[in-house]
Amino acid sequence: MTEPVTLITGTRKGIGRFLAGHYLAQGHRVYGCSRQETDIDAPNYRHFCLDVSDERAVRRMFSRIRKDAGHLDHLVNNAGIASMNHALLTPLSTAQAVFDTNVMGTFLFCREAAKLMQKQSFGRIVNFISVASPLHLEGEAVYAASKSAVQTLTQVLARELGHYGITVNAVGPTPVETDLIRNVPKDKIEKLLERQAIGRMGTCDDVLNIVDFFLRKESDFVTSQSIYMGGVC
Amino acid sequence: MKDKVRQIVLASCREHNDVSETRIDIGSGDEAALFGIGGALDSIALVSLIVAVEQAIEAELDVLVTLADDKAASQKTSPFRTIGALVEYTTACVEEELSADD
Repeated sequence: MTEPVTLITGTRKGIGRFLAGHYLAQGHRVYGCSRQETDIDAPNYRHFCLDVSDERAVRRMFSRIRKDAGHLDHLVNNAGIASMNHALLTPLSTAQAVFDTNVMGTFLFCREAAKLMQKQSFGRIVNFISVASPLHLEGEAVYAASKSAVQTLTQVLARELGHYGITVNAVGPTPVETDLIRNVPKDKIEKLLERQAIGRMGTCDDVLNIVDFFLRKESDFVTSQSIYMGGVC
Repeated sequence: MKDKVRQIVLASCREHNDVSETRIDIGSGDEAALFGIGGALDSIALVSLIVAVEQAIEAELDVLVTLADDKAASQKTSPFRTIGALVEYTTACVEEELSADD
């Protein structure tokens, strides 16, 4: 039996880096990517430097995976960027960049992964959404809208890919101590935590717990679902 | 190039016939209907065939092509209606991609 093959986007740091380390430790062959190089150094890890919204680069990456591994079991679409600013002060170029990475990037990876997965009639895709959408967080209009788009994408893809044995689900983290929220004022984070059913910061382990559930072979009847951390709904 | 693409398309059609209840009439050659009136494929099967052809083109010719794009949709007659039409269209896409790389 060959080892599970798992592709995680945004593995240079934060949650993506953590997940890559975890699945490497679990014996997976892990492919990762980010705009810059990573310090992950493991025989079962291969890194690609690319922009997730660059279609040609993404297709070349999948071509490489297909030649190397021959198949793909799991895709974790973790890569994302945030823009926290009042809508009236948000340049279009910023909105475009957020949608390019969060929505187009997720779409491209789902599409190419599903092409690989459908041949084996098995696949698990986990996309990343955010509590910023259901909580309608002020100052995050573009980011929240991009994550709403990812949630809808997840739900439609679940239907389009279900008959191939591919499940598509989403995890919605609360704030987790990563670079993504580095510039968010502390009082804003505290107000956000007050709106959760469980008012604490999330951890990478919290995210892993949900991702793990979605990736399990036994989760073959779980698709189109969004799980928000901390009791947000 | 066209002959090579034809081999790839036919192999993908045979692959479809091996796993599907609906059969493409490969014996009819270029006239074999794929999608549309009299076609053997429903929309889902067509998606799978297109993906199979794209992947085989990539594996055997090392060329990345996208067969189902706006260009395909804007053709006067569908490039997916028969084996012959698919071979013609795929060959054109491969040649365009190769010339773009030059």
